[in-house]
Amino acid sequence: MRGMPLPPLESPKWHGPLRAFAWGMRSVTATVLSLVLFVTYIGIGALAHDTHFSLAWALMSTALVWAGPAQIILISTLASGATIVQSAIAVTVSAIRLFPMVVAVTPMLRTPRTKRRQLVLVAHFTAVTLWVECYRFLPQVPRERRIAFVHGLGCGLTSIGLCATIIGYELAANLSQSLAAAILLLTPLAFLFSTARNSRELADFLALALGLALYPLAALLNSGLDILVSGLVGGTIAFCVHKWREGP
Amino acid sequence: MSEFFGDWHALVVLLLAGVIPNQIWRMLGLWLGGGLDEGSDLLMWVKAVATAILAGVIAQILVQPPGALASVPGFLRYGALGAGFLAFILTRRSIFAGVVCGEIFMLAGKWLLA
Repeated sequence: MRGMPLPPLESPKWHGPLRAFAWGMRSVTATVLSLVLFVTYIGIGALAHDTHFSLAWALMSTALVWAGPAQIILISTLASGATIVQSAIAVTVSAIRLFPMVVAVTPMLRTPRTKRRQLVLVAHFTAVTLWVECYRFLPQVPRERRIAFVHGLGCGLTSIGLCATIIGYELAANLSQSLAAAILLLTPLAFLFSTARNSRELADFLALALGLALYPLAALLNSGLDILVSGLVGGTIAFCVHKWREGP
Repeated sequence: MSEFFGDWHALVVLLLAGVIPNQIWRMLGLWLGGGLDEGSDLLMWVKAVATAILAGVIAQILVQPPGALASVPGFLRYGALGAGFLAFILTRRSIFAGVVCGEIFMLAGKWLLA
């Protein structure tokens, strides 16, 4: 699972951005999260098929949204008859997590000469899988090759997502209910453990636990902004506990 | 071909309700991120809130399950998360072990109930 070692930092195999791109693309074979991503997108393809979206729609959502939970929320809210505004709010709330992820990932790729526009594609590719893998792979990649490497990794992961979307869409009619349920269960499991794995501070664990525990309570309010309410309350408590433990 | 593309109206909805509301946070992270100190209190708080929101999204998929997941009884859905978490801790944070164990719990439970 942890196979494919990358070449040493000073190796000539890192010469040129094209080689770094290729190493990034090949790195998708060195992570079990590729498999998780593949199965997740089979689930999203199948969900899109069952809710009568076109294959082009499903593929565009994978390529342009590139965030599993947002796509599941978008498809399930639209299919249940929500308005565009209601769906957009639900999607944008689920996507707030991408903001700190991009803030955390981009300094790992910057050099003093890096321009912001060179990082636009990196920001687009940033989602839970890339975020976890950047912490694992980037220390083994020379700094001036990291943008090309992440472009390769992102393209590789997106290709996996697109293939899986097609497979899921075409298979949907033949999936047994148990298998379809198991595929949809993968997203919450993978997201919980990926986030927990990348958590270092007490505040991160506490935010995760409180967010899980408070959502069912917030859902009782039925405000349409349940996740935002439980997230703000849970996150703020976690932050305060962290500050309090740190001392004045 | 029209079957492949479907209704153009749906593609506009995808852009308005899916792509823009999602990408806006990535681009904000890119534009504001350069000026934020990674250890700052503000970013710490945003991170905690974002993590709690992600946990809420996870909880929502389990509490109000989409599609075929709705056919699985609630205690099996929550139990799967618990069983997976136990495996995750016991294997010193293996994402793979957590996911596989959670899935096996759910499928075994569904099979036993059938």
